Amino acid sequence: MEGLLSLAVKAIFVENLALSFFLGMCTFIAVSKKISTAIGLGISVMLVQTITVPANNLILTYLLKPGALAWAGFPDVDLTFLGLISYIGVIAAMVQILEMILDKYFPPLYNALGIFLPLITVNCAILGGSLFMVERDYSFPESVTYGLSSGFGWALAITAMAGVREKLKYSDIPDGLQGLGITFITAGLMAMGFMSFSGVKL
Amino acid sequence: MGLRSFFDRIEPNFEKGGKYEKFFPLYEMVESFIYTPKTVTTVAPHARSYVDMKRIMTYVVIATIPCILMALYNTGLQTNTALTALGPDSHTGWRVAIMKALGFSLEPGLVSNLVHGFLYFLPIYVVTLVVGGIWEVIFATVRGHEVNEGFLVTSMLYVLILPASTPLWQVALGISFGVVLGKEVFGGTGKNFLNPALTGRAFLYFAYPANMSGDTIWTPVDGFSGATSLGISAAEGVQALAGYGITWWDAFVGTIQGSLGETSALAAMIGLAFLLVTRIANWRLVVGCMGGMIGFSLLLNAIGSDTNPMFSMPWYWHFVLGGYAFGLAFMVTEPVSASHTNAGRYIYGALIGFMVVMIRVLNPAFPEGMMLAILFANIFAPLIDYFVVRANINRRAKRHV
Repeated sequence: MEGLLSLAVKAIFVENLALSFFLGMCTFIAVSKKISTAIGLGISVMLVQTITVPANNLILTYLLKPGALAWAGFPDVDLTFLGLISYIGVIAAMVQILEMILDKYFPPLYNALGIFLPLITVNCAILGGSLFMVERDYSFPESVTYGLSSGFGWALAITAMAGVREKLKYSDIPDGLQGLGITFITAGLMAMGFMSFSGVKL
Repeated sequence: MGLRSFFDRIEPNFEKGGKYEKFFPLYEMVESFIYTPKTVTTVAPHARSYVDMKRIMTYVVIATIPCILMALYNTGLQTNTALTALGPDSHTGWRVAIMKALGFSLEPGLVSNLVHGFLYFLPIYVVTLVVGGIWEVIFATVRGHEVNEGFLVTSMLYVLILPASTPLWQVALGISFGVVLGKEVFGGTGKNFLNPALTGRAFLYFAYPANMSGDTIWTPVDGFSGATSLGISAAEGVQALAGYGITWWDAFVGTIQGSLGETSALAAMIGLAFLLVTRIANWRLVVGCMGGMIGFSLLLNAIGSDTNPMFSMPWYWHFVLGGYAFGLAFMVTEPVSASHTNAGRYIYGALIGFMVVMIRVLNPAFPEGMMLAILFANIFAPLIDYFVVRANINRRAKRHV
């Protein structure tokens, strides 16, 4: 239990997907203009992450790993080369389902997210989460924790970013930097603030 | 009023259509530094108050005076003590030469400490003012806004949180980063979301860790090594400080190792009292920050740890060591980067108090955490405001169904 807790804290703050690995930047920059939309997107990423990371963990353990197919009578088969395509497939399917649910039950959020919802499919933070899970050899409970907390960390980062950008509406930014330029600078400065956690050993 | 009429005579040159129109910010800077700004409100509502931006900034500079004096005294004290301990072989460098030429002794004493400290303080401050001032003037001229008194505050705070041995080119680099990326790209004073002085300092901290942390940098004497009190506490526990001859009162008055102006909790508290009385600082921020720090350190005391001696550090030691008191007085209370709602101010302060103890105790990479804690809370300040405002809207909506 303690191990899972420290894994969660690490995934949220120390190894924040957005601000220390800079994953999922396209959506991070594009959908952080309004806090309410950012919260919505953050929750969807968190949801997708919580489902896909454990799902991919199961696929890895019972289908892809060397010797994982022993239960079907193929102890020598190694299917890890199918890893990337299966993870992406799972993620795409999950996002499709999420999109249909949002369209049916939360139309305002669905409209606000627009094109960026299908784009979660190719959000590097999501695939990155699954690949970190593979690389670090997480067990099933660990992958549930990691999926949830890394998604939460990303959601926290994008919400804070949206807060800062709403404040920056009242700023007087030079013409050449308006829009993307200042957003990148802001993201960099925020990452510096998040460095207060770098080095925390849990 | 010879000076006033001189200004009145040359002013048309700088106004729109004048010969030196481009340099209006420079003229305005000098004029408003000497005289009260002439701008008055022309449309209703008319609230009469003398507290304009210039006065606020001047008050903050006045409030740092006790810290500056302690910075001079303590830097000189540490240097003179180290020089005396190391013997005449270590008496090298231009500062020692000036001290000798002027006939001051290198023994610790009130006057020799102040003068020696001044010789360290002055170059850093001059470099900060010149380099930062150049950036300010460039941006003001190109973008057509005024050179703001806020820069005086930024430069003063920036100097006070640097170690005395910082190389001058790093001082210049840090203030450039702080002024340009921390403030001017967002449009100048009041439009930034991070504290510019801290941005510059944090940039130096991460870019040049060798010059910004460790045991040898706090006293600017070659071959002398003195750990900060927080460094000692992190390694051996706060009880070990007594073995180094450091009592709580030493730490409170500020005769310990540390950055130039941040060692003295006493001086910072005098400044804070001035800011609170003049209503420049908001007391809610102070209450929140103290509450967060005391609460979390008491919690950690209760939990305890066998391996980490910092767990048992009581809150009154957290208060006097490192930059906590200085940050509390001058940076937590900075109105621009803090939360703007009253309820949000408590939360913002508490977040800083919590984070500073968290970094000091739980993060072995950094012994000191005030700077990073404030930057971290700066990021979340607008979000805190957002949720406070939302809660208020929801509450009122419920009242009027």
